[in-house]
Amino acid sequence: MADTVQYSLLGWIPLLPLIGAILNALFGRMMPKKVVHTIACGAMLVAFAFSVVSVLKLAGGGVSDHGHTTYAPLVHRYFTWFAAGSLDVQASLWLDPLSAVMILIITGVGSLIHIYSIGYMSEDPSYARYFTYLNFFVFAMLMLVLGDSMLVLFLGWEGVGVASYLLIGFWYEDEAKAAAGKKAFITNRVGDFAVVLGMFLLFQMAGTLAIPEVREWASMLSMEQHHAMGGMLTLITILFFIGCTGKSAQIPLYVWLPDAMAGPTPVSALIHAATMVTAGIYLIARMNFLFALAPTTMMIIAIVGALTAFFAATIGITQFDIKKVLAYSTVSQLGFMFLAVGAGSFFAGVFHLMTHAFFKALLFLGSGSVIHGMHHEQDIRKMGGLKKYMPITRWTFLLGCLAIAGVPFFSGFFSKDEILWYALSNHSALGGLHLGWILWGLTVLTAGMTSFYMFRLYFLTFEGECRADDETKSHIHESPWTMTVPLMVLALLSVAGGFIGIPHILGEPLGLPNLLHDWLHQVIAPGEALFTHKVGEGMAWPAMAVAVAVGLGGIALAYVKYGRGHDPTGDLEKAGKGYLFVHNKYLVDELYEATIGRGIRVAGQVSYQLIDRVLIDLLMVRMWGYTAKLGGEVLRQFQNGNAQRYAIYTLFGIAAVLFYFLT
Amino acid sequence: MFGIPIGWYLTLSAALFVLGAIGLVLRRNAIVMFMCIEIMLNAVNLTFIAFARYHNDLGGHLFVFMVIAVAAAEAGIGLALIVNVYRHRRSLNVDDINLMQG
Repeated sequence: MADTVQYSLLGWIPLLPLIGAILNALFGRMMPKKVVHTIACGAMLVAFAFSVVSVLKLAGGGVSDHGHTTYAPLVHRYFTWFAAGSLDVQASLWLDPLSAVMILIITGVGSLIHIYSIGYMSEDPSYARYFTYLNFFVFAMLMLVLGDSMLVLFLGWEGVGVASYLLIGFWYEDEAKAAAGKKAFITNRVGDFAVVLGMFLLFQMAGTLAIPEVREWASMLSMEQHHAMGGMLTLITILFFIGCTGKSAQIPLYVWLPDAMAGPTPVSALIHAATMVTAGIYLIARMNFLFALAPTTMMIIAIVGALTAFFAATIGITQFDIKKVLAYSTVSQLGFMFLAVGAGSFFAGVFHLMTHAFFKALLFLGSGSVIHGMHHEQDIRKMGGLKKYMPITRWTFLLGCLAIAGVPFFSGFFSKDEILWYALSNHSALGGLHLGWILWGLTVLTAGMTSFYMFRLYFLTFEGECRADDETKSHIHESPWTMTVPLMVLALLSVAGGFIGIPHILGEPLGLPNLLHDWLHQVIAPGEALFTHKVGEGMAWPAMAVAVAVGLGGIALAYVKYGRGHDPTGDLEKAGKGYLFVHNKYLVDELYEATIGRGIRVAGQVSYQLIDRVLIDLLMVRMWGYTAKLGGEVLRQFQNGNAQRYAIYTLFGIAAVLFYFLT
Repeated sequence: MFGIPIGWYLTLSAALFVLGAIGLVLRRNAIVMFMCIEIMLNAVNLTFIAFARYHNDLGGHLFVFMVIAVAAAEAGIGLALIVNVYRHRRSLNVDDINLMQG
C-alpha cells in the first residue's frame, strides 16, 4: 500500500455542511432567508474550496513509475468509532483519486444547486428546513465517498437515503408526495439490507472492513484461495450489487426514482441525478478489486445495466411530464454506467458518472427553471415555444441535450463512446453468443432512443407554438440570476467536461492524454487488469461511427416528428395499446403491487391472524387466564360453604395420611 | 387395672370417636354437631387415660387436663357463636349457613 499523508483540512470538508445543517435546523426559523441561504451556500462554497485545495495537495504528491503516477492518499482520522475484538472501526476519511473526483462533483455541482435553490425555493415557507436537509445530504454524501471503511461508507449510504426520503417528501402535506418518499425509502431499504449482509460476509472472509486493508487482502489471494472462495466472493459482490440496484435505481428496484420527482426540482438534480444515485457506481468502482474477482457478478451487472438502460429509455419516450422524462433518462444513463463497470471499465463508469452529473444536473435545473417560470406546470403538452420567454434556459437546455445525446465533442460523446467500446469488447459469452455484440447493439439502440426522447422533450418544450393558456402565458418569465448562473456554469461543464477523458483511440493520434484515466489508474488498476479486449482496435472507428450516426439519427427523427410544430395535446388519446403499455411503465408498479405488495399484505394478514391472534394472544396470553379460570371452576365445587362437607374432607384426609404412614 | 385389658378401652374409644365423627358429618343441627365434637374429644381423652395407666406415665393425664381445659374454652366460644347465629337466622340448620361458599 502506498504511503498515506495526514491532512486535517480534509476533516473539514464533510463537517462544514453538517455545521450548516445544524445551524439552520436549530436557528433557521428565527433567521431571515438571507442568513439561512448564506449559511447553507457558504458552507458549500467553503467545502468546495477545501476540496479543491485537498485535491491539489493530493495531485502534488504523485510519484511517477512506469508511466503511471501514484498519488499518496490523504487521510484524516476523527476518532475510533468502535472496537470490538478484531473489528476495529475508525471514523476516518480517505482521499484518493477516485474520491477526489467524487468530492469535486459533490461540492461543485452541490454548490451550484444550492445557489440555484435560493431562486427556486424563494417563496417556500419551509426555507430553512429545505436548506437543512440539503446540507445534511451533502454531509452524508461526502461521508459516503470519503469513508475509508465500509462502515463509514455505509453510514453515508444510509444518511443519503434519509436525506432523500426527507426531500422527496418535502411537501409532505401532499399525500402522494409523502408516499413517494416512503416508496423511495422502503425500496432502498431492500437494497441496503443486502449491503449489510455483504458486509457481514466480507468481514468474515477478510477479517476487516477498512477498504485499504480489504484491497490488500484481495491482492494477496493466491489462485487456489481465489478458486476456493469464488462462490463466496460472487455472493458478496452480488449482495453489494443488489444494494446498488436500490440506491442507483436499476432493475428490479428502479421503481422509486421516477416517483422521487415529487421532491423540489433542485433536489432531483442534486440527489436523484448527479450524486446520490451514482453511489452504486462509486461503490463498485471503490470495490473494483473485489468485483473483478467475481466474473459472474460482473456479467450480471453488465446485463442488468444494459437492460435497465434500454427499458427506461423506452418509457422515457412516452412520458409527458418534463421531470418524468428526465427521471427515466437518469435510470437509463445509470444503466449505461453499470454496463461500463460490468464490462470491466471502471474508468468509463466513473467518467460517465461525472459527465452525467454535469449534463443531467443541467437538464434538471433547466426543467426546474421552466417549471418555476410556468408556475409549477410540468406537463410538456402545455408548454412549447418557451424559447421566446426563457432564452438562457433554452440555450443551456439545448447544450445539455446535445451532451446527453452524444453529439461529437460534447462531454456525453466521450463517455458514452467509451462505454460502448467496452461493451463491445466484453469477452463474456452467454448461451454460446458473444455477449459483447448483444450489449453493444442494445446500447447503441438505447443511445439512439436517448437522443430521440431528449430532443422530443426539447422540441415540445421550447420550440413550436406555446400551448399554455393565456393566463399562464402572461406570467412566463426568465428565472432570476441565482438560477441562470448555475445553468450557465453547468452548460460550460457539459460541453467541455469530456475533454479530461479523451478515449485512447481519439487521443493517441492527436497526442492528447486521457487525463481522467491516468488519474484514476491507481484505484481501478486491479479491476481493469483482469479484463482484456477481445475485439480488435480496428473495430473502434466503425463502432464509434455507427454510435454517432444512430445518435444523430435519433435527433433527426425527433425533429421530423416533433420539431415542426407538432401539437402533442391529443397524442395520448390517439395512442395504440402498445404505446399505452409503455406509457404506463410496462405496468411494473402494478405488477409489484399485485405480487409483492399483495403478497406482503396477505402474509401480514396470515401472520396477524395466525401468529398474533392465535399463537400469542390465545395460546400464550389468554390461555393462562382460561387455565386459571377453569381450575377455579373445578376447585370452587369443593369450597361450597358447607362445614360438614369440610369435615368429611378433613376426616378422609387424616385417614389417608394415617393410612400412608401406618401401613 | 381391674383386669380389663387395654383393648377394650381402645375399642370403646374408637367406637365413641367414630360415633362422634358420623354424628358431626350427618346431623344438620349445630348444637348436635357441637355435642358430637365433644364426644370425639372425650373419646380421645379416654385413649390417653388408658395408655397413661397402661404405661404408668403421668404425661397422659396431663394431656387430658389440657384437653378438658381447651374443650371448656371452646364450649364457651362455640355456644356463644351458636346463640348469635340463631339470633340472626332463627335457625341452626348448617345447610343455611353457607355464606363463605366459593
